[in-house]
Amino acid sequence: MSTVIILADFQGGVSTKTTAELATVGARIGDVCAVVLAPVGEGPALAATVKQGPITSIVIVEAKDFAEHGVAAAADALSQVAKAKSADAILVASHAFGKEVAARVAITLESGIITDAVDVAGDKVATQLIFGGSTTVHSTVTHGIPVITLRPNSVEADLTASSAATENFSVTISDNSKKSLITSTEPPVKGGRPELTEASIVVSGGRGTNGDFAAVEGFADLLGAAVGASRAATDAGWYPHSHQVGQTGKTVSPQLYVACGISGAIQHRAGMQTSKTIVVVNKDPEAPLFEICDFGVVGDLFAVLPQATTAVAAAKA
Amino acid sequence: MKIAVCVKQVPDSWAEKKMIGSRLDREGVDAVLNDLDEYAVEEALRIVEAHGGNEEGGNEEGGPHTVTIITMGPERATEAVRKALSMGANDAILISDSALAGSDALATSAVLAKTITDGGFDLVICGTESTDARMSVIPAMLSARLGWAQMTFASKVDVDPGASTISITRVTEAGVDSIKASLPAVVSVVEKINEPRYPSFKGIMAAKKKTIETRDLATVGVSPVSAWSEVKDATLRPARSAGVIVTDSGDGGSALATFLAEKKLI
Repeated sequence: MSTVIILADFQGGVSTKTTAELATVGARIGDVCAVVLAPVGEGPALAATVKQGPITSIVIVEAKDFAEHGVAAAADALSQVAKAKSADAILVASHAFGKEVAARVAITLESGIITDAVDVAGDKVATQLIFGGSTTVHSTVTHGIPVITLRPNSVEADLTASSAATENFSVTISDNSKKSLITSTEPPVKGGRPELTEASIVVSGGRGTNGDFAAVEGFADLLGAAVGASRAATDAGWYPHSHQVGQTGKTVSPQLYVACGISGAIQHRAGMQTSKTIVVVNKDPEAPLFEICDFGVVGDLFAVLPQATTAVAAAKA
Repeated sequence: MKIAVCVKQVPDSWAEKKMIGSRLDREGVDAVLNDLDEYAVEEALRIVEAHGGNEEGGNEEGGPHTVTIITMGPERATEAVRKALSMGANDAILISDSALAGSDALATSAVLAKTITDGGFDLVICGTESTDARMSVIPAMLSARLGWAQMTFASKVDVDPGASTISITRVTEAGVDSIKASLPAVVSVVEKINEPRYPSFKGIMAAKKKTIETRDLATVGVSPVSAWSEVKDATLRPARSAGVIVTDSGDGGSALATFLAEKKLI
């Protein structure tokens, strides 16, 4: 039986749904071994939150190096576990941390790497959506142990309860993986809204907001949505760059994407056109985004959004 | 201090991209300096300007630091390199070899790492990703290959050339980290870090005279390696067709709410 190593994904000390998504995909290839990287003494508590997904075993690696040396130490440890377990594939979440860990693991294990997969089949063929979702690509790794990063929210997670056996694994982090020292860490500023790339609904504002995001935020909060912005809006300083959706920003693929006052240049479409349902509100009937929307309103967002907010609130009540 | 900035020439991010077989069509579109690399060039220039300037500017004698642009790509990548030179970088190395066509990130990082090692650099600065492949792995790979400190996703960079130290603020969806290290180091900068300068007329004229050294693989001293991953197939996804579009005449918001309710999205 093949063994697939997945790097368990945590947020605020709790395993995320992404861990179950990685396990779901991994189980198509072989037995899933989830690796939990933890500060000294916290391994069992973290591992106890890995409760869902088809996971066969959990390997706990405790070291103070993970908090001090970040990506490099995590990649070092993951490579050692993968070697010891004779892994047939390594799956990691496709966020900034996960992609960098995967990059270093690929170098260490002299293995090919595929990033931003939206699916992986049992024969380890990865599916990617490239050029902003306009093209589907199937790729395989041809050398070493395939290292694949999976985009969160791309596959339906098997959330059945897992009762995997845990084991402890000790590693020695090399000096080369300790070259940078993390002196302080602050958790992300939450602001009560979901993370952009993981949200099932995203409401975005663009040039048409003229810098006033109140209507966009109001509608987003009612829907429990994340707030996005076009490059025009972030370049103008109206909204933080971290919320930019598009080619040079985040790529999102939510159930519902509501674009308000965004014309929809290729730049922006590249970051959102794989959304399941697209709704567009824009004064300009010629806005290119209308060409790919499921529902569009030609109108002033400052009139349409408040009315929609009231109507949705009434429907929910 | 010798700073290397790794850049890539990419298809204009405002243009439609397509595949020819298993590879990106790079011939049929305008090619530009990767947007996100401009922030890396700008940050390198700001670092040298804060510490006495580079050899060509900063003061009359010329400062003690240099900024070298390193890129891998076809001959025409000199266009993107000229842009970086016109911003104020000193010189450039273009690694160009027909054996490198279709290289993956692993091969690219091997070639760049060897060039960086041989060049005696203290600091490497990159953008966070290229707007074509969007893998975001090269800076981490360079750090792993060179055995240098990984200082990536920096929204702030402070270098102390005297003490040979660097500190950054790393910003990702996981939070904000303060990280320090001794040089040498590999840095990637996020796009909110600075506002890249527009090349001045003087800068554009000066860039025409700057040296772009072209090296083939033999000169770099790396054997050609085929990619360790392959594209089996690439297909254009069916274009989305427009759905229902209504013009707001006082009830557009209600119509929107009704649509969401019908689709069970609320």
